[in-house]
Amino acid sequence: MPATSQKVFVGAGERVPEGGRLVVDIGEITIGIFRVDGNLYAYLNRCAHQRGPVCQGKIIPRVTEVIDSGGESHGFAFDETHLHIVCPWHGFEYDIKTGAHPGRRSARLIPVTVEEAADGIYVTV
Amino acid sequence: MSKVEVVNGVSSATEHKVQQITTRTDSREILANAHRDIARLHLDDYFIVDVDAHHVEFDSWSEILDHLENPVLRHNAKSMTQNWPNAKQLAFSNHPVGLTFQDVFGRIPHQAELGEHVEKTEEHRDLTLVRRAMDSMGIKMQVVFPQPMLEMGLHPEPDIVTAMTFAYNRWFTRTILPREKRVKTLLCLPFHDPEASLKMIKEFGETPGVVGFMITSQRHAGVHKNMFMRIYRELEERGLPLAFHAGPTWGDTMTSTMNRFLSVHSMSFVTCNMMHMTNWIVNGLPERFPKLKVIWIESGLAWVPFMMQRLDHEYLMRQSDAPLLKRLPSEYIQEMFFTSQPLEVTMPHMLEATFKAVHADTQLMYSSDWPHWDFDVPARIAGLPFLDEQAKRNILGENARKLFRL
Repeated sequence: MPATSQKVFVGAGERVPEGGRLVVDIGEITIGIFRVDGNLYAYLNRCAHQRGPVCQGKIIPRVTEVIDSGGESHGFAFDETHLHIVCPWHGFEYDIKTGAHPGRRSARLIPVTVEEAADGIYVTV
Repeated sequence: MSKVEVVNGVSSATEHKVQQITTRTDSREILANAHRDIARLHLDDYFIVDVDAHHVEFDSWSEILDHLENPVLRHNAKSMTQNWPNAKQLAFSNHPVGLTFQDVFGRIPHQAELGEHVEKTEEHRDLTLVRRAMDSMGIKMQVVFPQPMLEMGLHPEPDIVTAMTFAYNRWFTRTILPREKRVKTLLCLPFHDPEASLKMIKEFGETPGVVGFMITSQRHAGVHKNMFMRIYRELEERGLPLAFHAGPTWGDTMTSTMNRFLSVHSMSFVTCNMMHMTNWIVNGLPERFPKLKVIWIESGLAWVPFMMQRLDHEYLMRQSDAPLLKRLPSEYIQEMFFTSQPLEVTMPHMLEATFKAVHADTQLMYSSDWPHWDFDVPARIAGLPFLDEQAKRNILGENARKLFRL
């Protein structure tokens, strides 16, 4: 990261569709920008695990397990309200909204400030 | 790739050329962040030897079957590949269901396939992929193993195992090994057949690039049985190390109770080597073959302090069960060699204690296990805060250089 931050225009808003991503290079830095429920989230392309290219991974809803009141399992289900980005190196999953691993919240992606103006998307690096 | 508008003096901002990594992505793109580690951690200053990596022999399965010596077996296998649509890359193998669970169902594409583009040249595709991985991670030399061949220890037909082990080893030593000095291997033994194992050692024991031999650990065999002693003696006399390479099974009495591959992989990749190490120590094989170097591969490290404490505890009460031992089991274990991957790092203080317990400075060797789903980049070792510079250097390559005389 440079010592002084700079605001960089990334592109028009539609370049990051709902549930999708745009991965961009800004100098030596690679950033993933995601849109969930209309809001933008941006992270460095560096997994908290082994610095893998997390932003280039699979986007998939969180998997849950259906347990009834008696404690019995009724199998897997997708939780469409929690969209994950999965690091393609080793499978570490992060909630795109929080940037945190669901089972170890100290394992987090490094956020990048992102904002959407009338003319498009800006990140601050 | 499209340029995007930039403001406030930043010179360029471009759409990254690969938005999502898939089974078709170039290894150099997949490992680009590992390549950045070379400069960040000065990895070029190290002689890095990766003691456990894999190529995908299924991609060359037909070529390997051509190396089956027996004409009937060769015919049978080739017929399978020609007539069964799903057997082109499976004939005569023992491919278990769990192996296709390894990529976490599309989440880790490189585990499922390295389907990237490689220009067709005289060079074998696998060699190109191995070089791309080594160069991306700053690795100088790599000990390369197969993948599904590691499951042959549980194949139901021993004669096929022997024939396929010779076919694979002949193919590898003719097609891959002579073409790249940076590639080394520990060749599989048809361990169930000591006579064939001796023949294997004699055929390949002096082949350049063959730095020792390997037993695939998933098998129902007591390594202490008298029938195997000739193998150990031959290796000891030749000064060649013997490795035990771990693998998974979903079919033994323990793992057959399990419903998730996470459980199966966590346990069976370790218990196979725990079993062999127990038989090895309790039956005094380190006393019988004191010069034979033994390497335990791909079980991680966390199991080793458990084995040291457990075996020491039991041995002191039941010395008469292990009369050949002159020292504690843990003292023999500390003279064995281990590869590092998959390094269990979630509890750093326990990892540090484990390194001390196994005498990592001299006995531990870095391994990537690339392209498997739980691979470790060299930064895994280079970034450990409790290691001094010499220890890092030893683990990343010098221990392997000494053991394999590289």
